Amino acid sequence: MNNVPSLQIKELAFAYPDGNQALFGVNLTINKGERVALLGPNGAGKTTLVLHMNGIHPTMQGEVRIAGELVDGKNKETLKQIRAKVGIVFQDPDDQLFMPTVGEDVAFGPYNMGIRGEELQRVVDEALTQVGMLEFRDRPPHHLSFGQRRRVAVATVLAMKPEILVMDEPSSNLDPASRRELADIVRSLDVTIVMVTHDLPYALELCERSVILSGGIIVADSSTRAILSNAELLAAHRLELPVGFTLS
Amino acid sequence: MAHLLPSHLKILAVLAFISVSVSTPITRWPAFIAFFLLLVATAYASKIPLLLLFKRALIEIPFIFFAILMPFFGTGEKFEIAGIELYREGLLAGTSIVVKGTLGVLAAVILSTTTTAREILRGLERLKLPAVMVQIASFMLRYVNVISDEMERMKVARESRGFIATGIKHWKVIATSAAALFIRSYERGERVHLAMLSRGFDGNLPTLVTDTVTKQHWIIALSVPVLALIFSLLFLVIGW
Repeated sequence: MNNVPSLQIKELAFAYPDGNQALFGVNLTINKGERVALLGPNGAGKTTLVLHMNGIHPTMQGEVRIAGELVDGKNKETLKQIRAKVGIVFQDPDDQLFMPTVGEDVAFGPYNMGIRGEELQRVVDEALTQVGMLEFRDRPPHHLSFGQRRRVAVATVLAMKPEILVMDEPSSNLDPASRRELADIVRSLDVTIVMVTHDLPYALELCERSVILSGGIIVADSSTRAILSNAELLAAHRLELPVGFTLS
Repeated sequence: MAHLLPSHLKILAVLAFISVSVSTPITRWPAFIAFFLLLVATAYASKIPLLLLFKRALIEIPFIFFAILMPFFGTGEKFEIAGIELYREGLLAGTSIVVKGTLGVLAAVILSTTTTAREILRGLERLKLPAVMVQIASFMLRYVNVISDEMERMKVARESRGFIATGIKHWKVIATSAAALFIRSYERGERVHLAMLSRGFDGNLPTLVTDTVTKQHWIIALSVPVLALIFSLLFLVIGW
């Protein structure tokens, strides 16, 4: 086990081509095996930050390292390796599941990494088993429920054996049972996880540590419990616990 | 039986059969009866109920509509049947379109009944159709439901606010909805592309072709078009 952090972001700043600046110097280090909730109001720059982690947005200023390796948007070869290490689960599973069947979709990532044949089948089956969706391997995605599709979306990136799993709003649009099933899956995974969410109870349930991104910088970085019990901090960044929810 | 064949062979067989049938002159009508019987036999061997076959073939009606009108309009030699004046040229051309069109549609229906859309795409891929075209078709297949659901939700949302399209004055609303749907689909396309890039997409979709083609497959697949060709030539030789 090495001690290189899974994710290391230093002084990351980014402005969109139209001049709209989204990130103003983000510093964030996440160690191997940690589960961290990335909280923040709409428009705080969460998605922009996530898309820097695998080099979809080229780094303009500052640096991003995944397991010690620099994310360099211009270097096609390392970029491919980086994308294998950072698994992003997007919010809408229909955006993520674009292949005709569940199995083929899960195979898409490993295939791009150069895995073929029996090995590919094995990786696909393993990833689907991890999310409890193996029996749906040959089904088309539109026949699945929303919660099932989200689980398959998680499998599509697990199949790439990522160093770090980034989930964008994992609990959105899920019914309570699906929400809990997904939580069980997340807990069972042995991988570093960054969870972008507004669902504060979910963050508390699954993540020991939370950071708040607001106005393009990290304004808080502490244990989830400490952050959620600081009502002033939450209110200042448009975050609220559900009515009636108390930290026990 | 046709269910078991690799899809690219089936596509080839259908294309070959259609080629033979369109290149046989309509005046050699016994050949067409033979072609038709061949298709019926194929459908029987593939366990497709004939009723289903003909029901699905009804899709061609809008396309042959004008062919049916052809005998009534035209120039040249005329003759009368039951008091209706028909043009010989038009009648031949019209019959030719209807008969050959029907045979083509029936062959295509057998193909589509015994093959999933996904399999047909794989077949086209193996037949070296440009990858981009296969990819576009496969994305269409994947997202047609997603987008039609989206369209349905927009319709429900419109109607929930008291809008019911009745006439031309409502076209503007429909057009605006269509535009919104287009933008949404376009944005979805961008998000899908983003998700693809995030998983290392570099222009090639995985192909998971595993089925092997045996000589027997070829023989079964080509039997129909080859028999059709034999009949066509046979009736040419004996001059019916």
